Amino acid sequence: MTTLIYDGTFEGLLTAVFEIYEHRLTHVRMQKGEWHNTALFENVIKVVTENSRATRVLKGLKQKLSAQGLQRLYAAHMAEMEGEDDNLVGYIRYVFDAQQNIEEDYGNKYVMRVSEIVRMVRREKHRMEAFVRFQELKDKTFYSAIEPDFNVLPLLIKHFRNRYADQKWIIYDMRRSYGLYYDLHETQYISLDFATVNPGNVISAYDDHEAVYQDLWRNYFTSVNIPARKNTKLHLRHVPKRYWKHLTEKI
Amino acid sequence: MNVDRITEKLNILADAAKYDVSCASSGSKRQNKDKGLGNASNGICHTYTEDGRCVSLLKILFTNVCIYDCAYCVSRKNNDIKRASFTVQEVVDLTINFYRRNYIEGLFLSSGIFKNADYTMERLVQVAKKLRLEHNFNGYIHLKSIPGASDELMREAGMYADRLSINLEMPTEEGLKLLAPEKNRQDMITPMNFLKNEIILRTEEKKLFKKAPMFAPAGQSTQVIIGATPETDQQILQMSDQFYKGFKLKRVYYSGYVPVLSDSRLPALNTAVPMVRENRLYQADWLMRFYHFKVNEIVNQDNPLLDLDIDPKLSWALRNLQSFPIDINKADLQMILRVPGIGVQSAQKIVAARAFGKLNWEQLKKLGIAVNRAKYFITCNSPQYERRDLTGTAIKQYILAGSQSKYIKNSTIQLNLF
Ligand code: SF4
Repeated sequence: MTTLIYDGTFEGLLTAVFEIYEHRLTHVRMQKGEWHNTALFENVIKVVTENSRATRVLKGLKQKLSAQGLQRLYAAHMAEMEGEDDNLVGYIRYVFDAQQNIEEDYGNKYVMRVSEIVRMVRREKHRMEAFVRFQELKDKTFYSAIEPDFNVLPLLIKHFRNRYADQKWIIYDMRRSYGLYYDLHETQYISLDFATVNPGNVISAYDDHEAVYQDLWRNYFTSVNIPARKNTKLHLRHVPKRYWKHLTEKI
Repeated sequence: MNVDRITEKLNILADAAKYDVSCASSGSKRQNKDKGLGNASNGICHTYTEDGRCVSLLKILFTNVCIYDCAYCVSRKNNDIKRASFTVQEVVDLTINFYRRNYIEGLFLSSGIFKNADYTMERLVQVAKKLRLEHNFNGYIHLKSIPGASDELMREAGMYADRLSINLEMPTEEGLKLLAPEKNRQDMITPMNFLKNEIILRTEEKKLFKKAPMFAPAGQSTQVIIGATPETDQQILQMSDQFYKGFKLKRVYYSGYVPVLSDSRLPALNTAVPMVRENRLYQADWLMRFYHFKVNEIVNQDNPLLDLDIDPKLSWALRNLQSFPIDINKADLQMILRVPGIGVQSAQKIVAARAFGKLNWEQLKKLGIAVNRAKYFITCNSPQYERRDLTGTAIKQYILAGSQSKYIKNSTIQLNLF
């Protein structure tokens, strides 16, 4: 068993695959993070991300997978789900070792797992498209904080750009401390320094109408409920509690 | 803005609109135009009510003033309730501001009938027109078409709305006569027919000229109230089938009657909402639309009512045990779709995956099929399969016992949580 330590990037993962084939490794384990000199195990390889190697692997993948299949693999890695790198590497190796395109070979455990990961990522992406709640700031920027289970912010760009083309907006991932900012022209990644923001300023930063519309929305949410049909179990399945703190109607 | 007044109006007019269960915002392909606001292509549920229903649209009445007196409706003329009416601008502002905050996919505007059909329809059209032309709003708009409104107004509505709907209200003409004697089923069918033809015409036009304007791109739908009148499920589903085919409806919605009014023609006030029945009707409706079932396979002379304790697909399978078991590695997609416990997506995955090798139980489970149901109806790449020659009743009992225990397990977890 050889442990490959890599930097967590997609290029890093592809470089690792390159080394697996170069050293003809069979049993491998992926690990994200720093290389510690103190841990002198024999079977550890430190993967240094190298674009030329990553590109060669990528080229190979492009030949064996459909464009969609590659996108799915990319999204599965980007989600940063704990402990799934071994499955992703297993998947990539299966792609290369097979003669035909194996994207739909759901009987294979790696293909199945990647399809499960993609399903979970998609669901989280859809949840965020639904659960983002913008608040209008004084400068007419619409601000929203989210805490998705997986890293899905990059997957949200297209949807929100297409939809809110005529307003400035920020979607901020509190858990991963980075956000998206659309300034009516472009979307870019940003990070905010909350430590220096005075709470008083935050409230005065909201537009005067903001509280009114939040109240109206809460009122609406209460009005459309039909008590005679109450079904808490179903409600919680659709809107799990961990999302409530950013949902205007549930605060 | 007079906040208190708007809040009161919103409370009254959202409350009055909530019994219309249709809330879908999918099926349109409206794109964001010239960097304006919104698009209508996703059908997102932004939240769910405490009764577990999707909230996708701002669903309100323009007014709950009405000249009619339909027995099942809270807004009926002779019901002693608070009345309110929005202005066109108020509805526009609410829609835009909710939309900008990502609360909603768009607007579903219905109305009581004040003065006459045209006068009412005109207001609804004005809202849609203002949203589209003055605010470049490309979000979803669903307008209720008022029976009896002029063709001209209907046509204009179709230019701005994504979906139009005319509620049949009662599954049969007799039901309507009983509870809404002033209404006439023909008045609902005429505009449906008009819209159907108009939609076909405009779609043809759009094929020829890409630039031709869209006309109700998400089509039309309708709603019937169930449980207020004594129709059987067979009557209801046959009606749906006929409207899906004859009027190219996108959806028929079934709304379990919520007893809100006391009237000798209606179920008593303490009657439970027929929620299970409503759910079974939706399941049956899905079987017709996505699983290629014919209506008389689901309900017929011998089985005019849907089973309440099991879903209609299982029900059909138990009545047709001679067609099972099927070999999952050989049967065609159509037949796999008919197996209880296998959904459309799993069925498609099975067909894709078995090209690489025969599938066994473990793999089928991973593919998302409910093996505890499906096992009575299929064989796969495994020496294990249901060998006993079970009767339909026995299978039903096994399956119900299985899901029962699952239910009990769940509820103890819930007890620990709360
Ligand atoms: S016409 Fe519509 S709003 Fe008026 S009473 Fe009948 S169902 Fe209610």
